[in-house]
Amino acid sequence: MTEETKATKTKAGLSRRTLLKTGAAATGAVIGSGLITGFPTIWAQNPITLRQFGTGVSNINAIAEKCKADLGITLEMTATDSDAAAQRAVTQPDSYDVADIEYWILKKVFPAGVIQPMDIKKLKYYDKIVPLFKTGKLTPDSVIAQGTAPHTVGFVEAPGEKTFAKGETQYFTMVPTIYNADTLGIRPDLVGREISSWADIMDPAFKGKTSILNIPSIGIMDAAMICEAMGIIKYADKGNMTTAEIDTTIDFLIKAKQDGQFRAFWKSFDESVNLMASGEVVIQSMWSPAVAAVRSKGIACKYQPLKEGYRSWGGGLGLASHLTGAQLDAAYEYINWYTSGWVGGYLNRQGYYSAAMDTAKEFMSADEWGYWIEGKPAAGDIMSPEGKVMEKAGAVRDGGSFTERMGKVACWNSVMDEDRYMVRRWNEFIAA
Amino acid sequence: MSTVPSPETIEPPRTGGFRMPEAAIAWLQAAPLALILGFFFLLPILTILIVSFWDYDFAGLYPDFMTLNYVETLGSWVTWKTYLNTLKYTAMVWGLTLVIGFWVAYFLAFHVRTTTMQMVLFLVCTVPFLTSNIIRMISWIPVLGRNGLVNSTLVDMGVIPAPIEWLLYSDFAVVLAMVHLNTLFMVTPIFNTLMRIDKSLIEAARDAGATSWQILWNVIIPLAKPGMAIGSIFVVTLVMADFSTVQVMSGGQSASVALMMKNQMSLLQYPAAAANAVVLLIIVLLMVAAILRVVDIRKEL
Repeated sequence: MTEETKATKTKAGLSRRTLLKTGAAATGAVIGSGLITGFPTIWAQNPITLRQFGTGVSNINAIAEKCKADLGITLEMTATDSDAAAQRAVTQPDSYDVADIEYWILKKVFPAGVIQPMDIKKLKYYDKIVPLFKTGKLTPDSVIAQGTAPHTVGFVEAPGEKTFAKGETQYFTMVPTIYNADTLGIRPDLVGREISSWADIMDPAFKGKTSILNIPSIGIMDAAMICEAMGIIKYADKGNMTTAEIDTTIDFLIKAKQDGQFRAFWKSFDESVNLMASGEVVIQSMWSPAVAAVRSKGIACKYQPLKEGYRSWGGGLGLASHLTGAQLDAAYEYINWYTSGWVGGYLNRQGYYSAAMDTAKEFMSADEWGYWIEGKPAAGDIMSPEGKVMEKAGAVRDGGSFTERMGKVACWNSVMDEDRYMVRRWNEFIAA
Repeated sequence: MSTVPSPETIEPPRTGGFRMPEAAIAWLQAAPLALILGFFFLLPILTILIVSFWDYDFAGLYPDFMTLNYVETLGSWVTWKTYLNTLKYTAMVWGLTLVIGFWVAYFLAFHVRTTTMQMVLFLVCTVPFLTSNIIRMISWIPVLGRNGLVNSTLVDMGVIPAPIEWLLYSDFAVVLAMVHLNTLFMVTPIFNTLMRIDKSLIEAARDAGATSWQILWNVIIPLAKPGMAIGSIFVVTLVMADFSTVQVMSGGQSASVALMMKNQMSLLQYPAAAANAVVLLIIVLLMVAAILRVVDIRKEL
């Protein structure tokens, strides 16, 4: 049904485009559908509302409030989980103006034509965006990580293209907003030994006290890190496994599950916090704010750096294809505001990383910058953006500085060519 | 439940004024229910049935007529294993709720003397239902966990040396929560039928020299069958369609049919989920038919 509606829309859009050829050429970036509701070039709609949905920054109300105060743009934010976000991006393209999605979701949804690329000439802070998102290298001599690295889905040759460009072009699919390097969380008081490798989660000593996350596209990457660390398999590309590699990985997981290695599988952030805080598990896949949440309960929890490196993820803001005229201008203005520093500082202080580090620095104190980004011991107490004490003076961030953490990314969250097969096998693992 | 035409419709029409043809009146009376069931029940099921034959990929659904969804569903060992697992839960929960439900209803109906007290106690049974289903389920987690109430009490008392692991995130936890959530659906209809048993039947049995067990077995249970059947239909359909209890209480380690569907839907595999739903619907209908074959609810109500 969705497909039908979409087909008619696109057709209507095309015929209108032929009719208003000059107008369409002028707007340039406009592709696909979108209802023209008046005179698009005049700021007729005032106040402007942008509907944003997604997984990452859409969870943060403070950003919407600040945006309203600074720009007068009302952000209506809806937070969902990754699966639902992917689903909504494709099936209800008219229900949002700005998509806040991860890069692997973008890889899935972009070919459906629901996101329009941005002209970098209109992005004020494009030059400030860290090179990781342009070339895949944080520093000139970094190794490009496996998986759906953001730069591989970051550009298209021209508006309307359904395939991604090989290198940097004028058309940027998403402006990166928030990213981080994930690893295993541990309870240092309960593991009773040094944890240094992804393989440690399979240690028989932790039988029935481990957990991995049950979101197939992310869980499979953690599993891949574990399998490779244990020497079971060497992947050509963890982010794009062959069916044979998927079989080996899942068979290994099924065996571990049947041997009782796992206590539970978690799907949501708070499940992972509860598992760790209650002591049901002592080592598990975890996200950085979940570690902070466990620690805020006064329970020791460490985001353990591991020698094989991190599994990284990143999200960004994409513009819906239907945006035109004033709405589109407002969306660009929002994104430029977004990268101008205040939000970056906010995200950095939450333990994520912002894409435009230089602008964010201006909005952070020297001590905050030192603790979060440079990996230095905190001089004073480190506060969360909400004003709660996160770390006491003297604390050092797990994993160290920005370059140390993001420089050791082994793979990115990804979507594979054999995605459907992987999901089917993953379901077998959960049912086994 | 009753499908017997009500006698009012056959009454001779009143004289005088505007008279509708009898057939029209009957149609009119049936219309509201027919419309509601048609729009909110038949139509969605029809849609599910149609979609289950469609093709799909990540980006959308494509109208088609292919049986691949069914082939994939029925041809995979995961499906069979999941159905077996769901049936296992259903059988266990059904057995337990039937015994407990009958027990409670029996106590309420025969051991509590005054009607007021009966009603008070019955209302007490429904008190937990004032909170949400999810809350009642989740509240088991701190009780059963490794460092939960039960384990810490037993360890402190020295009954067990180490916490019992299978209390939470296990089949035990799933069945426990399901029994907790569903027993009232068994109590209510059984209590209802027990209250309608003519007390003189029991007196007669006693006068004829029957023991209490004989009365229970030969008089009360046969007469309570319709209530048990209705309760069973509730419990069986609820458990067969459950996904949240299984996911939360097994810690994501076990699967149920509805959970499988939910996973498929979240991955945009609607036609596959629809095919699964059709299979589940057929199985549940067969189970309900089997229950109705054993007990003729209409005759005995």
